[in-house]
Amino acid sequence: MSEPSESPSERSSWFGELWRSWPGRIGAALVGILVLAAVVSLVWTPYDPKQVEPRQKWLPVSWGHPFGTDGAGKDLLSQVLVGARTTLLVAVLTVVLAAVVGLTLGVLSAITPRLVGESLAYVIDVLIALPTLILALVFVAALGGSVWTVSLALGIGSGVVLARVVRAEVSRVLTQDYMITATASGSSTWRSIWRHILPNIASTVIVQLSLIAALAVLAEAALSFLGLTPVSTPSWGRMLESLQQTITVHPGALVFPGLAVVGATLGFNLLGDALRDAVDPRLRGRSATVSPVFSSVVDRVEDPAIAPVSGGGGT
Amino acid sequence: MTTLLEVEDLTVTIGGRPVVDGVSFVVVEGGRLGVIGESGSGKTMTALAIVGLTPDGAEVTGRVRLDGEDLVGRADRSYAALRGERVAMVFQDPRTALNPVMRVGRQISEPLRLHRGTGRREAARLAVELCERVGLPDPERTARAYPHQLSGGQRQRVGIAMALACRPALLIADEPTTALDVTVQAEVMALLRELVVSDGTALLFISHDIALVSGVVDDVLVMRDGRIVERGPVATITGAPEHPYTRQLLDAARRTSYGRRS
Repeated sequence: MSEPSESPSERSSWFGELWRSWPGRIGAALVGILVLAAVVSLVWTPYDPKQVEPRQKWLPVSWGHPFGTDGAGKDLLSQVLVGARTTLLVAVLTVVLAAVVGLTLGVLSAITPRLVGESLAYVIDVLIALPTLILALVFVAALGGSVWTVSLALGIGSGVVLARVVRAEVSRVLTQDYMITATASGSSTWRSIWRHILPNIASTVIVQLSLIAALAVLAEAALSFLGLTPVSTPSWGRMLESLQQTITVHPGALVFPGLAVVGATLGFNLLGDALRDAVDPRLRGRSATVSPVFSSVVDRVEDPAIAPVSGGGGT
Repeated sequence: MTTLLEVEDLTVTIGGRPVVDGVSFVVVEGGRLGVIGESGSGKTMTALAIVGLTPDGAEVTGRVRLDGEDLVGRADRSYAALRGERVAMVFQDPRTALNPVMRVGRQISEPLRLHRGTGRREAARLAVELCERVGLPDPERTARAYPHQLSGGQRQRVGIAMALACRPALLIADEPTTALDVTVQAEVMALLRELVVSDGTALLFISHDIALVSGVVDDVLVMRDGRIVERGPVATITGAPEHPYTRQLLDAARRTSYGRRS
């Protein structure tokens, strides 16, 4: 008994771990910019984003208007800043709701007696079959378009997808020896869920939630592009929709709101990947690697098991 | 000597097949009993039945009494109050028996926090003490390490520290050294023996290796196909075994252990 095989990692901050890898840095920076833009827009924007200035229309990028202006002479930077609020709010609400729905359904379906658990799993499977965007359309039609309705639909829609992943992960953890050790030490079921199951599925859940945040950014942009959120709510999707009408004449105006959507999506994805490494002590101190196979929310239609088999004979 | 554990006609049935079949034995306070048998002999299932951890679908009948109280068919909650407090277990594979994302110090002090309501800071201090007690190097630092940063032998020491945290009356060790290499095995056995003797903890030691067991326990049960085929003091069993199966086990031990045993 001589060797501690590696030096046990000293207590280190999550942010320190995050900052060790490039994806972590870029992800944290992009999401940081999004948060900063949203917060700053609450107290200050260069211009009133709704101020129409007919004589200032289609101004190119300049010091006065860093992102230029649109066809009504409204400042694009101010609109992008204000739009960040909506994007961030939808992303956060969706992630919180998806986490609550996904963890509750997923954990319950895995730990309850077989009959209950399996039934719950069937319900989850049926709900997964409803495309999230269609669900959002239904909610908007039924409840009226608002940030809350959109978040509710996205949260539930992606929450059930998360639930299936959580169910599989919890089932895996339940068979591990350390769960028996915990029970043999006198740990109750609920305590084991908090202290052993959730920490062991955390890294997977974080990756999934980051994907869900990225999906929420895209979905919000898509829904407001389609005009399903109220006109009074500033949104990148709505900006893109009005700017694309003149895309052949003024393509440059689309660049910044477009980059904003891409940046936010990319930021959440990278941040999630880096957070996974920071949370899991087994992965700490390694450089970021390609994340393991996960069922992506966005790509689930392209699951090879579902996709039609092409090419009957020829090899 | 007062009786601590009394097992009477214990039967565990899985899918209609009895894996433990009418087993009876007694462990007195501070007594050390070995249970020997090959895999599938029902020795592990006997241990799990005592602590109420048999897998789903297993049916347990008979009586298990600890401190005179009947345990079979107890509600989960009252069983949980005993586990880790009066009865603790050390498991076979230290590589998988620890939670990989929890610092070992917190795992060691978990029984204390559960049963004694020990506060976070006090628990952390006691965890370091326990690390020291089981001979882990640099206890302060080891308590802050994660399981994957320790060797197999060190991890089993963590498992022992965890089991003994509340100073249970009975320790059940289920093949605690099988997954370790031979030199480490000897160290862990010596540690286990030392701790059990100094605390006056009763020990139920389960193993397939009769040579290994004979160094730690006073009495031995030999199990085969869910039944006890022979029982008696270690010296009698190893010196003059009656049952042919026991002789077979002894021969196997002699062939593989190269006189490791006295």
